[in-house]
Amino acid sequence: MITTFLIDSLDRRGRIVVGLLVALALLVPAGNLLVPEGNVFHVSTYQLTLCGKYLTYALLALSVDLVWGYCGILSLGHGAFFALGGYAMGMYLMRQIGTRGVYADPLLPDFMVFLNWKELPWFWQGFDMAWYALLMVVLVPGLLALVFGWLSFRSRVTGVYLSIITQALTYALLLAFFRNDMGFGGNNGLTDFKDILGYPIQAPGTRAALFAASALMLAIGFVIASAVVRSKLGKVLVAIRDAESRTRFIGYRVEHYKLFVWTLSAAMAGIAGALYVPQVGIINPSEFDPAASIEAVIWVAVGGRGTLVGPLIGAVAVNFGKTWFTGVLPEVWLYALGALFVVVTLFLPRGIVGLWDKLVTGRAKPAVEANGAGRQTGEAA
Amino acid sequence: MTDKAEGSLLYLDDVSVSFDGFRAINRLSLVLEPGEMRAIIGPNGAGKTTMMDIITGKTRPDTGDVLFDGSVDLTRLDEAAIANLGIGRKFQKPTVFESHSVEDNIALALKARRGAFAALFHRRSSVEQGRIDALLETIRLSEKRDLLAARLSHGQKQWLEIGMLLAQEPRLLLVDEPAAGMTDAETAETAILLKEIARTQSVVVVEHDMTFVRALDVKVTVLHEGSVLAEGSLDAVSSNPKVIEVYLGR
Repeated sequence: MITTFLIDSLDRRGRIVVGLLVALALLVPAGNLLVPEGNVFHVSTYQLTLCGKYLTYALLALSVDLVWGYCGILSLGHGAFFALGGYAMGMYLMRQIGTRGVYADPLLPDFMVFLNWKELPWFWQGFDMAWYALLMVVLVPGLLALVFGWLSFRSRVTGVYLSIITQALTYALLLAFFRNDMGFGGNNGLTDFKDILGYPIQAPGTRAALFAASALMLAIGFVIASAVVRSKLGKVLVAIRDAESRTRFIGYRVEHYKLFVWTLSAAMAGIAGALYVPQVGIINPSEFDPAASIEAVIWVAVGGRGTLVGPLIGAVAVNFGKTWFTGVLPEVWLYALGALFVVVTLFLPRGIVGLWDKLVTGRAKPAVEANGAGRQTGEAA
Repeated sequence: MTDKAEGSLLYLDDVSVSFDGFRAINRLSLVLEPGEMRAIIGPNGAGKTTMMDIITGKTRPDTGDVLFDGSVDLTRLDEAAIANLGIGRKFQKPTVFESHSVEDNIALALKARRGAFAALFHRRSSVEQGRIDALLETIRLSEKRDLLAARLSHGQKQWLEIGMLLAQEPRLLLVDEPAAGMTDAETAETAILLKEIARTQSVVVVEHDMTFVRALDVKVTVLHEGSVLAEGSLDAVSSNPKVIEVYLGR
């Protein structure tokens, strides 16, 4: 039943996206591992890892769009869930190092030995087991979102006030994780990873597998998001976005609906973070930086919010631009990003996807206007 | 005190509410029998909308009893719980879900389990589809079912909202200025529609338009400064000197 529920949920565009992601998961690693260097179809390990990172960003963007584009909850703190998922993965990777650390302690990661800690803190227990760590990747961001969401949605905190407290949430976590006493490596975070699931993390094969996992996870996330937004629940979410009190007077418990999509979205962001960390090789408190969360919102805006394809396109396009810009004109990047956001907000309210629909289909389809109408109320909220 | 509520559908007794010292509702009492249709009139600021807010759980009264069905205390419930008890509300300004199609607007309002997981796995049954089709027929929007609600005219939005109200299958309908912004023909049709609804459900209509109230031909309650000034047939209340003074005296 669940399978048909998920497969039925894809429209034509959705099937293309999932097909492309599956193809990417197969072809890019093949281009890296099987095609010899020098061939036009060869993908370098650098390119592979970079693209893998973009895919995890795309999953983060999708999670932001799910709450913002479809339910009008503008989260400026989704980086917190991403980082928590990343830390859960980082803790697993730290414990995989074992005696290969500088201090060769079989149990304690290097930074704990350095801080003269004698035993492993309770919250580090269990992270030597992959299944436990993977569970925490979903559970920790999910539970935080559940508690945070329950408190704020029940008190009917909405609009800009909610945005501000999400920002405060990620900032508070930033400050907390900076402290050495927290037990997460402080300023330096977690790094120097060696193995993942027993495979050397730097090996080309492992990197290719991580890329494939990111592409497939994004495809799965896309299918789930699509199933959610196309269900009756998804229609209620849009109803909440457009006319929250009307939805209450029809008898829907708005807070329950928000809590559902908020928690789902946080878990999705956590998974994105967990795939990000082994590919970039480090997780530190800067991932909690409010600016990082705002950047994720910009990806969604640029790609087209309230569409499922938009955040994927936005995340990849903006980050490709960032990689290029910071290589050529590093000091200009932030201005360029700011200008991009202003331009998109003023001239492309529905982002790249909206522009595409306008140019290709020639006329606005009902679904297109649907999101346009939502945008106005969403911005007013 | 609650004995008097016995047998009533809606019972308000000695209800007061103040906002920043302003008494919006002042010792208001009102009883509605099951199956009754009632028109509520009154000048601006008389407390008509605040009264609706109190009944539907949007505003909590400072004092007084608000009972549904003779025993359910509405002051302890939130909007969703009250809606699910069977009290539906239509707003003054038509509020439909603009980015959904006309049909989806009705489908969302259709009486069903309101839980998030029930909605996630919900599949529209043929019974529900039949109900939706019938409702669209009633509000004369069958041809426009695939149109976005945002594209409807003002009058059509009013009708769609009435349709959504009916889809909830409420036992009590609270209708705030249903004829506002409608043409004369639409107003007349709306009166006919409401009278038809009132055959099976209880209806409270708040209205400014006297022609419309006359067309409804029901008991009228006049509100003034948050309490009931007069009650009776439209002819009786409009010849009441106190009512004349309130409407014309200043």
